[in-house]
Amino acid sequence: MDQRFIRNFCIIAHIDHGKSTLADRLLQHTGAISEREMVNQVLDQMDLERERGITIKMQAVRLEYQYPEDELVYQLNLIDTPGHVDFSYEVSRSLAACEGALLVVDAVQGIEAQTLANAYLAIENDLEIIPVINKIDLPGAQPDQVKEELEKALGLDMERTVLTSAKLGWGTPEVLAAIVKYVPPPRGNVREPLRALIFDSYYDSYRGAIPYIRVVDGEIQAGTIIKIMATGKSYEVDEVGIFAPARRTVPRLSAGEVGYLAASIREVKDIRVGDTITVVDKPAAGPLPGYRPVRPMVFCGLYPADGGDFDALRTALDKLQLNDASLVYEPETSKALGFGFRCGFLGLLHQEIVQERLEREYHLELISTAPNVAYRVTRTDGQVVMVDNPAQWPPPGQIAMVEEPVVKATIISPTAYIGNLMDLTAQKRGRFLQMDYLSPERVLLEYILPLGEIIFAFFDQLKSRSRGYASFDYEVAGYEEADMGRLDILLNGEMVDALSTIVHRDKAYQVGRQLVTRLREVIPRQLFEVVIQAAVGHKVIAREAVKPLRKNVLEKCYGGDVTRKKKLLEKQKEGKKRLKAVGNVEIPQEAFLAVLQPSGGQGR
Amino acid sequence: MDYDLGIYLHIPFCRRKCNYCDFLSFVPSPETVTAYLEALKQEMALAAAAWPRLTSFPLPSVTSVYLGGGTPSLLSGEQLQDVLDGLRRHFGVAPGAEITVEANPGTVDAAWLAAAEAAGANRLSLGVQAFNDRLLGSMGRLHTAREARDAVSLARECGFSNVGIDLIYGLPGQSLADWRETLAEAVGLVPEHISCYGLEIHPGMPWGVLAARGEISLPDEDLWEEMFGFTDSFLTGCGYRHYEIANYCRPGRESRHNLRYWQRRDYLGFGLGAASMVGCRRWRNHEKLPAYLAALETGKLPVADGEEMTVAEVLAEVFILGLRLLNGLDLERAAREFPEADWPRVRQTIARLEAVGLVERCGPVLRLSRRAWPVANEVFAEFLG
Repeated sequence: MDQRFIRNFCIIAHIDHGKSTLADRLLQHTGAISEREMVNQVLDQMDLERERGITIKMQAVRLEYQYPEDELVYQLNLIDTPGHVDFSYEVSRSLAACEGALLVVDAVQGIEAQTLANAYLAIENDLEIIPVINKIDLPGAQPDQVKEELEKALGLDMERTVLTSAKLGWGTPEVLAAIVKYVPPPRGNVREPLRALIFDSYYDSYRGAIPYIRVVDGEIQAGTIIKIMATGKSYEVDEVGIFAPARRTVPRLSAGEVGYLAASIREVKDIRVGDTITVVDKPAAGPLPGYRPVRPMVFCGLYPADGGDFDALRTALDKLQLNDASLVYEPETSKALGFGFRCGFLGLLHQEIVQERLEREYHLELISTAPNVAYRVTRTDGQVVMVDNPAQWPPPGQIAMVEEPVVKATIISPTAYIGNLMDLTAQKRGRFLQMDYLSPERVLLEYILPLGEIIFAFFDQLKSRSRGYASFDYEVAGYEEADMGRLDILLNGEMVDALSTIVHRDKAYQVGRQLVTRLREVIPRQLFEVVIQAAVGHKVIAREAVKPLRKNVLEKCYGGDVTRKKKLLEKQKEGKKRLKAVGNVEIPQEAFLAVLQPSGGQGR
Repeated sequence: MDYDLGIYLHIPFCRRKCNYCDFLSFVPSPETVTAYLEALKQEMALAAAAWPRLTSFPLPSVTSVYLGGGTPSLLSGEQLQDVLDGLRRHFGVAPGAEITVEANPGTVDAAWLAAAEAAGANRLSLGVQAFNDRLLGSMGRLHTAREARDAVSLARECGFSNVGIDLIYGLPGQSLADWRETLAEAVGLVPEHISCYGLEIHPGMPWGVLAARGEISLPDEDLWEEMFGFTDSFLTGCGYRHYEIANYCRPGRESRHNLRYWQRRDYLGFGLGAASMVGCRRWRNHEKLPAYLAALETGKLPVADGEEMTVAEVLAEVFILGLRLLNGLDLERAAREFPEADWPRVRQTIARLEAVGLVERCGPVLRLSRRAWPVANEVFAEFLG
């Protein structure tokens, strides 16, 4: 295909601003799918995605579009992007596969933190941006104000703006025309050695790992012997093709085009996002810029609730990893929870998704420990170790310095909540960077925040302190020194390793207090008193006790009741099975997440 | 071979439903009562005829009969006589069999008591619940404390030498002092038997609804335990045996019919929703009156559902029920009766419970330790599958 007639673009938007609906409209308008085939949000395939209304895995769809100006047919490749900060590296790679982006903004909500984060990424990747102000059919739509915000925050050329209502189909032709008009065609060289960017992948149980690629230079077809540049591994291509949106094989993919290839690749780990594919016999001089291996940011222990399921959990993780190269895990043992895995995730959402898939698709019942980040610990002997597991925290005497990962956070909020949000970020040990007014009513705040402080509850707190109006996004910003220590929990004097957590020393007392209070609420009364203590080193900093069980007896039991009473006892026994015996104390699974849920207040 | 049977007869009628009640009972019309009693007699006839097919044994003699409710004392003297005659027509009731009738104070007078006595009843169980008119009123009871006292002395006058009274503690607004007063009054009447039940709240009942809305406050488990403990020490001090979790009696005055349930000895239940157990089988009658009557009209036993238990399930029941008794259960006898059960596992369970002081052994007898009584479910659940 002549590159002059190719346009590669993506849609970027804050969650719920209408990205998927707009994509559906583009597919429909270009005839890629018919009205009848139209299932809402065609691009979001997994159940989980649809339930959460977010895009986790992206896809590339080829549209054939006749541009009314010259009546010629253009090949438009829509590259979908994941919509969550956990996947920002993947977003950046799919942006790198494009020349232009539709920046969709809700005409009622205006710019949100994710809008900016994604727009900055697009600008960094030299993409032409077409602002799309969506939902203009809604009564509260303020397209002019949104335009002003975009201009002010991003310095965009607002001449190109298209107003749409994706729901009603308004503006779809204008969006398509703008893509041809403003997105530049690819500028690769088909005669150069092959260089193709892997921007996503998926696992097909029949054909192995399938990379989605953007061919930058050269061309690729069945029979080509390719080489993955970072791993050095070679494969013979079985098939190349596109999605339109149904899978379709094509004779070749050449410079500027987007599609997939199948080459009997065993695992998605072998085709990491951001890597470059070239040919074996005449390889490119160097890879495309921007590749980096993805590093997990959030870690937790995953244990089978039933110890006998350990092998099943291993098998399930192995299978998931075929499909998800960013999931890492290694076996670990906990005195409290037995055999399980220490797992690393891109972020909290990624963790939740993995856990939910393990439970839903593999029918495993899991206990997870509270998530934590990885700390960089310099020992007194000068050795630097990464600690992603509280159980492996070195003894205090061996620690010279601890550094924690931090992020640069962007918060956008109505001005009324600035005070609340500043208070929240202060509690989270945030360091203020700057504040900008997007409009007289809306403000943008930038902070450096410890990642460990935002991986739990932060988002909910941000929402509750701004009545749902503030939005938040972040990017990883290196490591900073911090005074961290390990907080341990003891039940009747015995330390429970799975309940240990790393805290900032200034907050140890507060966190310890919260933890023991919460644990007192969730641990059921037992036949003896249960003393719950929080300790730093050998020093106990908080204590609570669960009083012994005083009553558990069915008093009336006569001839007619026996069957019913047995059922009650069976139910009680079932409930007990979900408890985990730690020493002689039985604790419920939610106890292991106590650190995530501050005490409810309405407890006993 | 010594083989006997107990019979339970359910009389599902009440003048009104109490606020805490979840028993199968309702306020009937006079025609319903007549039709029901006819059906009940019909059921006894059918059951007696079916017995040899059920067991391949001849009918054993009946050593305990229990008329429960509802309010059996709502039947007239003649109706009561008629029902018990019907029973005797089809089953051999042993001489000296215990025949209990439940009655509510306020529904019995001297004539009725005399008729009941004449019909063969020799044990009276009175639903007293409390000797406190404020609490009786809030429960929705239709009698006063005075009427309860009168019913006991009237029963004595009419020749009942075995009288039991039922009491409830843990009522909304009931203090420990209120409960002590009720117990003291009860003891003053010198009944042979006292049952003390902690209030249970059931969702559908008026109090269940109020409790869910937070409109009545119930005692917490600490107060409950205090009441339970006080009852035990007080009644034991007054010469009663705490022979089952909720039951006390003068020596030798255990409810023989109820002992049968806890010792897992066979019984047949007749009437609406009544339950039966023979060996490893349990079954239950229809709980809806139309279904019950319709079955009998077509000459069928009104059985709704039942189960055939495995040896393991039966043995679990032996423990769950037997451990309710002060005398516990005889392990050697159980081992003889169920040689094929998984005894190594059972012994392990027993050893575990013994180690934490929840059960104790005394020769062949296994029983709950003192501290285990208020938390007996923790023990019972261990014997389930």
